[in-house]
Amino acid sequence: MQQFIIRRTCYSLITLLILSLTIFTVVRLTGDPATLMAEPGARAEDLARVRAQWGLDRPWPVQYAQFVENILAGNLGISFNYRMPVSELYFERLPNSLQLALAATTLSFLIGIPAGLLSAVRVDGAWDQVGKVVALLGLSVPGFWLGLVLILIFSVWLEWLPTGGKNDWHNIVMPALALGWYFAASLLRLTRSSMLEVMRSEYIKLARLKGLPGYVVIAKHGFKNALVPVLTLAGVNLVVMVNAAVIIEVVFAWPGVGRLLYEGIFQRDFPLVQGVVVLAGIMIVFVNLVIDILYAYIDPRIRLTR
Amino acid sequence: MSTTTAPQSISVKAPNQVWRWLRELPLLPILILVPFVLAAALAPLIAPYDPTEPVPGAKIFEPPFWMEGGTTATLLGTDFQGRDLLSRLIFGARVSLIVGLMGTVVAGGLGTALGILSGYLGRWWDQCIMRLTDAWLALPALVFAIFLATVVGPNMWNIVLILGLVYWTRYARVIRGEVLSLREREFVQLAEIAGASRQRVIFRHILPNVLNTTMVLASLTIGVVIIAEASLSFLGVGVPPPEPAWGLMLSEARSTLMAGKWWLTVFPGACIVLVVLATQLFGDWLRIRLDPQLRNL
Amino acid sequence: MNAPLLEVRQLQTHYFTFGGSRIVKAVEGVSFALQEGETLGLVGESGCGKTTTCLSIVGLLPPAARVVGGEIRLNGADLAKKSKREMRRLRGRAIAMILQDPMASLNPLFSIYTQVAEPAYYHLGMRGRSLRRRVEELLRAVRIPSPAARMRGYPHQMSGGMRQRIVGAIALAAGPKLIIADEPTTNLDVTIQAQYLDLLKDIQEETGVALIFVTHNLGIVARMCNRMAVMYAGRIVEMGAVRDLFDAPKHPYTKALLGSMAKLGSKEPLYAIPGQAPDLVRPPPGCAFHPRCAEAMPRCATQDPEVFQSGPGWTTRCWLPHLAATVIHDRATA
Repeated sequence: MQQFIIRRTCYSLITLLILSLTIFTVVRLTGDPATLMAEPGARAEDLARVRAQWGLDRPWPVQYAQFVENILAGNLGISFNYRMPVSELYFERLPNSLQLALAATTLSFLIGIPAGLLSAVRVDGAWDQVGKVVALLGLSVPGFWLGLVLILIFSVWLEWLPTGGKNDWHNIVMPALALGWYFAASLLRLTRSSMLEVMRSEYIKLARLKGLPGYVVIAKHGFKNALVPVLTLAGVNLVVMVNAAVIIEVVFAWPGVGRLLYEGIFQRDFPLVQGVVVLAGIMIVFVNLVIDILYAYIDPRIRLTR
Repeated sequence: MSTTTAPQSISVKAPNQVWRWLRELPLLPILILVPFVLAAALAPLIAPYDPTEPVPGAKIFEPPFWMEGGTTATLLGTDFQGRDLLSRLIFGARVSLIVGLMGTVVAGGLGTALGILSGYLGRWWDQCIMRLTDAWLALPALVFAIFLATVVGPNMWNIVLILGLVYWTRYARVIRGEVLSLREREFVQLAEIAGASRQRVIFRHILPNVLNTTMVLASLTIGVVIIAEASLSFLGVGVPPPEPAWGLMLSEARSTLMAGKWWLTVFPGACIVLVVLATQLFGDWLRIRLDPQLRNL
Repeated sequence: MNAPLLEVRQLQTHYFTFGGSRIVKAVEGVSFALQEGETLGLVGESGCGKTTTCLSIVGLLPPAARVVGGEIRLNGADLAKKSKREMRRLRGRAIAMILQDPMASLNPLFSIYTQVAEPAYYHLGMRGRSLRRRVEELLRAVRIPSPAARMRGYPHQMSGGMRQRIVGAIALAAGPKLIIADEPTTNLDVTIQAQYLDLLKDIQEETGVALIFVTHNLGIVARMCNRMAVMYAGRIVEMGAVRDLFDAPKHPYTKALLGSMAKLGSKEPLYAIPGQAPDLVRPPPGCAFHPRCAEAMPRCATQDPEVFQSGPGWTTRCWLPHLAATVIHDRATA
């Protein structure tokens, strides 16, 4: 297990390396980074000043080292518009995004997994057909459009829920639904196929041969095995959710990190944009690492052999 | 090994070949996609009005023709500038389909190439490419695309490239797996023993065999690319106006949502859903048709 | 003779596929009896109906299959008529089954202890320390070294031979009267096979459990079984004491099977039975084996053979012995 953790952590570090390198190179390849780092409408001497300040005239490897050093020190620049350090802004908004992501994930689990299990246990039944349609729609309906339609129905026509902002629980329902929608459909699909495969396995057959009660066979032997691959999806999902969250937060004016990114783009606030992307990347890599380690605890095959 | 089924004999009658082939095609996705493809290809001929100019004589915010205040001159209504929605949808199909397709081609091409290299050349190549793939997969694709679009500036070809760069990983992984098993197959080994160069083996033997998988993957993920493009347009970093894109239309419609102008939101979104749905169904059909063993894609 | 432990009479099990439009007659009139403590070998090619027969007995046929006729009497009670709940109580308790693939049979996520304990837990209501002791006992009975330590382990840590022994322990857990072993050694290394078979034999002697041993390997039958039943196309074509069938088989199929066994050191060419297994949807008229039979008579193509009593406890489903008997009778009475 030790070995596994060490190896996995190394992979994460490599990922972070690649992430930072990519961001670093892209910015420099496409033009003068000074124009990006300086405020719009800067003059020549401003550009020169920015260049000196950020060391943009030094050779690339040196710059990169500085870049990494800055990141490690938590210095990701100052936002033009807010005149605050980007990292401060990010961490101020982060709890909101986490709340939304948590709500969305919970909703998805509550909807997707039972639906998937039920579909599998009653294959080809009416429920299964519904499940298949839902799964298909989950992939085809963009979350943000769902969000807009939800607003249309529940805020404009029915006037039950507010359209945006963050005050109380009313505000989180629709964004969580729009954000979790795709994941719920994925979960349904995966749980269903995983469960079906498990039900066909030899050890389920043996469990039945042992004369165990039906519900024990399904619940004890079936579910646990079926859920193992589902949990891996949780890690992948996180990444997808961060993506979709940007748009959802914009649609619902949710004061999270995604919205921050959008503001940065809109206002040509480059340090903000770069900072958010870097921090988001780091956070995802870290969370994936944690999830992988947790996963290893559940599956004894990984725990005991690696 | 004990089995419980016995071999069965099936007698097959042979009706008209063409009719049989037709019956096996997936009707629904094709029926959905054809109008959109036609719209994209023949937009200037089909669209009733210029999508970037207000319709002369029409009011702004006209509702669809079946509602009060709507006219049949502007079937699906007009937007905040008085531009015909239907025409904009038709031209929008162009952007979505072209960007979606090209983006998928770039992603598929890049991913397949890397997958083949990784699977066939093995060892050092494999390790490197796989690490790269893992790292790339760990990054938030859309966020990254947004970042890239901001930095390089939005125009159609940049977007295509960006989407390709961001979505190649899935291909690489799957194709690598395919190549690994292909490598052990006899016809490959025979070619190697006969002294064929690595290039020759790759192009003549490996590539044709993985193309099936690439195509299935492509049809399954083109939906993701289309939605990504719509997302980028929605956020304002996609194809720039006045070229209409469905995502952009949704963004413009946002402010009017509160005023109840629902058609500006519902129709563009419905288009996205229909196209992606059709490609998904088609991809499923293709997957089962080409090789039932690809069930796990 | 005592009442048999298991009595199967004219069992018919069919598979209903393609929405019922195609019926595969997997088991067509199988009858046999098994005494307590006896070992019956069920032999035949793939697809002859051995496994379907076993699944019919334990009541775990796949959804497409159904028992359409016959009786399965365990200690007198007809299993085919029992409810699902009653069958469930019998499974694992009175009848246990060992499957072919030991790795696939064990749930990778649960410890050995959990899996071996389950039948005892659910059928015998054992708990706590007595349950733990029972599991240890069982593991020792199947000759797993240091059972107390092994219990806490997981399937992937065991070798194939050990896993199959654990499956054996599971089968024994609730003290069954009958164990059905469906090709238990096919997936094991040849060197381990012999050990496993010895183990099964010893367990049988100790516990007096009856064994139905399904296999296509006649060598194993010779070693393990008292009696054997040869199946073909869903019917038992010959059944009797292993010694009798090996020494003087009466049915051409049995002869062919024995002839096709490779003999160590022999230079004779391997004999393969010509032709293919029959279509069980539309079986050939008359005797199912006649298209491939070297000794077929015209009668075999039209009439399904009646059972011939070749000796005490020895039946052959073939026209040949009938013919031979009439010839002898005629000669005797001439």
